[in-house]
Amino acid sequence: MSLKLGVPSKGRLMDKTFDWFEKRGIHLSRTGSDREYAGAVEGIDGVSLVLLSAGEVPRELAAGRIHLGVTGTDLLQERLPLWEQQIDEIAPLGFGQADLILAVPRAWVDVETLDDLDAAAAAFRAHHGHRLRIATKYHRLVREFLRAGGVADYMLVDSQGATEGTVKNETAEAVADITSTGETLRANHLKLLSDGVILRSQATLWRSRVASFSASEREALERFLDLVT
Amino acid sequence: MIGRKAILARAAQLRARFEEAGGLAVETPILQPAETLLDLYGEDIRARAYVTSDALRGEQMLRPDFTVPVVQMHMAQGAEPARYTYAGMVFRRQEHDEDRANEYMQVGYEIFDREDPAGADAEVFARISKAVAGLNLRAATGDIGILMAAVQGLTTTDARKAALMRHIWRPRRFRALLDRFARRVPEPAARLELLAAHDPLAEAGTLIGKRSRAEIEARIEALRADAEAPPIADEELGALEALLGVRETAPYAVQHLRDIAVDLPNLTPAIDRLTARLDAMAARGVDVEQLDFEASYGRMSMEYYDGFVFGFYAEDRPGLPPIASGGRYDALTRQLGQGTEIPAVGGVLRPGLMLELEGAVR
Repeated sequence: MSLKLGVPSKGRLMDKTFDWFEKRGIHLSRTGSDREYAGAVEGIDGVSLVLLSAGEVPRELAAGRIHLGVTGTDLLQERLPLWEQQIDEIAPLGFGQADLILAVPRAWVDVETLDDLDAAAAAFRAHHGHRLRIATKYHRLVREFLRAGGVADYMLVDSQGATEGTVKNETAEAVADITSTGETLRANHLKLLSDGVILRSQATLWRSRVASFSASEREALERFLDLVT
Repeated sequence: MIGRKAILARAAQLRARFEEAGGLAVETPILQPAETLLDLYGEDIRARAYVTSDALRGEQMLRPDFTVPVVQMHMAQGAEPARYTYAGMVFRRQEHDEDRANEYMQVGYEIFDREDPAGADAEVFARISKAVAGLNLRAATGDIGILMAAVQGLTTTDARKAALMRHIWRPRRFRALLDRFARRVPEPAARLELLAAHDPLAEAGTLIGKRSRAEIEARIEALRADAEAPPIADEELGALEALLGVRETAPYAVQHLRDIAVDLPNLTPAIDRLTARLDAMAARGVDVEQLDFEASYGRMSMEYYDGFVFGFYAEDRPGLPPIASGGRYDALTRQLGQGTEIPAVGGVLRPGLMLELEGAVR
């Protein structure tokens, strides 16, 4: 069997990942029609390409069904609470930068820090009779971050898209979302809290600590690591 | 591994003993409305309880413990005073330690009684203690009520006291607030700027969302008031810190607390309640001379204990969770009672862990 490398199956993330490997002498490509997720590897023996959604890479690494994988730090840490025991980081790839941040309306001049947010949440709950709502799709990361920050009286509401719009629509009072620039925040009358960076994420190459490696796969891994690190 | 059958048999035995003591055996649903638990504990409960849902009832949680459903049942239909016992599975989501059980048997005993809180505390402790006798466990005890009394007795604003009370169960946040209220840390520059501004909302721009301008202004007012209030005095802060550090056998702890009460006179009634409890425990045969008391004990647990707290630990198995634990939760009955309340205290045993330890002893 060959060493399995999982790579995002479409978009800029795939293209940039292919470029990154190309520079290191490994040529990755999609084969067959556009709808078919098959891939080819040239420049190294004993490695096969598995194309899948970036969101599935963490699960496949943790299950040991792929040996290596490329995905964002945010997705990996959100989906795998025990990621440090299951996965090793091989190299950050230098693209796909995105920060998971906590933002509140810019007009909240009294809220600059988590400490302020907590106080505002207490008053908000007393006034409105429900907890201060934070819209996000990164429930676990946000919850752990807020717990470490000592914030209480908030409620996470699920938002799978257009999260920045939830405050204006009054389905949330604050948001926790990925942002690559501050533009979206400003356009939506939101601001980042000064201690509101939950996670700095970028596309990263990971190795599964769970997958089993045969002798030939181990050799392929050594050749692979020689090329990419 | 201890078989399920053995655990069920032991649970039935333990419950039968609590029934002999006057406990009415009760059953509660496994699925609990998530909203109630979320309102009580906040989002953190999601890290500890399994959530499921359907389109009709919305989010439900697999019961993480029996306390909330037993309190609700009592407040809806119970006569006073009341003693309850139960045995059943509880479910705890585990995200950090795979070795911890996510489903296990709990046997509990709860007393709802207005007349004699010290007696009820002592009774629960003594009965649980008797059930685990022979397992060579260390009992840890504490009293959140003493810390609460200390906070209430500080010479400072009600807003500060309320903020501290709200974070009694989050020691780090409590500490940070205390440092701020004692002016041990500088105010953040952004806040000083805000308070110095003639019209803080001048640059605010478009306000969006449900939190209104009036609420923002009210918070700024509160910050102004806080900036003008004098810091918590050094003697009081020192006393509170000494209190948090008390960790001795009960008689010495009481002495130590009495010394601290010189600077925090508000503590005295709470210490009197502690000594009344210790007397009641001694009357039930508990060796209070050797009993450990820790003023900070119980602050890391789920936040409903607000008085006596206790836990039983296997000292040679530091990785094991407490074999038994419990405490007083008067405030919980107030929150669930919608205007009514009743003093309540209870404790739970884990028969699975008891059997595991007995196997190791043999």
